[in-house]
Amino acid sequence: MFQPGETVRVKDDWPEQRGPVHIRTPYYLRGATGRVVRLLGSFPNPEDLAFARPAATKPLYHVRFPRQTLWPEGPPNDEVQVEIYEHWLEKP
Amino acid sequence: MTTAPSTAILETDGPRLLRAVRALLEQKGLVNTQELQERLALTDSANPGQGARMVAKAWTDPAYHALMLADGTKAAEAMGIPMRGMPPLGVLENTPELHHLVVCTLCSCYPRAVLGYPPFWYKSAAFRARAVRDPRGLLASEWKTVIPDGVTLRVVDSTADYRWMVLPMRPPGTEGWDEARLAAMVREGDMIGVTVPRA
Repeated sequence: MFQPGETVRVKDDWPEQRGPVHIRTPYYLRGATGRVVRLLGSFPNPEDLAFARPAATKPLYHVRFPRQTLWPEGPPNDEVQVEIYEHWLEKP
Repeated sequence: MTTAPSTAILETDGPRLLRAVRALLEQKGLVNTQELQERLALTDSANPGQGARMVAKAWTDPAYHALMLADGTKAAEAMGIPMRGMPPLGVLENTPELHHLVVCTLCSCYPRAVLGYPPFWYKSAAFRARAVRDPRGLLASEWKTVIPDGVTLRVVDSTADYRWMVLPMRPPGTEGWDEARLAAMVREGDMIGVTVPRA
């Protein structure tokens, strides 16, 4: 489990290169570092639901990223905030 | 030449596919016609006026304001908006220092229970890409919404099981307005963050 305020990295993983998948983690965040805002709850894993497989419940976090770490232009304080499942997050 | 099943389904005509899936769901007893009709009626009746009523209430009732930020689903239900079977609703509050913009870069996640069907541009690849790539340019060029330099722009990419709506700031010049008059002023775009309400 991750705590609010904790620094996390989105895994630089590309399962779509290994076969058919349904993924709720946008490309532009793979490998990006952000901070946990809070735990939003736990939900059946959509990566399994999409294929009608038994879906384990996974913690879902709101994670905030400085926008400049994703794209260089724009004011330094702008942010992107995204829902990310725990199995996509790691300690940097 | 043979067509792989995975692409054939993409080429099937939509209404025919829908009829087939509905018939299968009913045959297998997973849903009945009445449930489908009820769900269709709910979906069709949802509209931005519902979200606007929530916004107006939050502007005039501090207890409701607190409830809306703590639990959007409960706040919607408190206004008589049906939320059963809907994804949880989160509410993002704009302040003089912070402006929110909602997008779903992966598909078209939208707080339909409180805003109804999304506007046509919300699902467009151009909006979805520009909302994260160049949000200030997007708002200024398409909506004439200029976010001042000192204000943080937070783009909320709705990627998973939550749905998000913006609670905009109450504009000046609306002092003494009642809830109904305030609600009538709030537009769909104000609750996505592409525009801000104006009296």
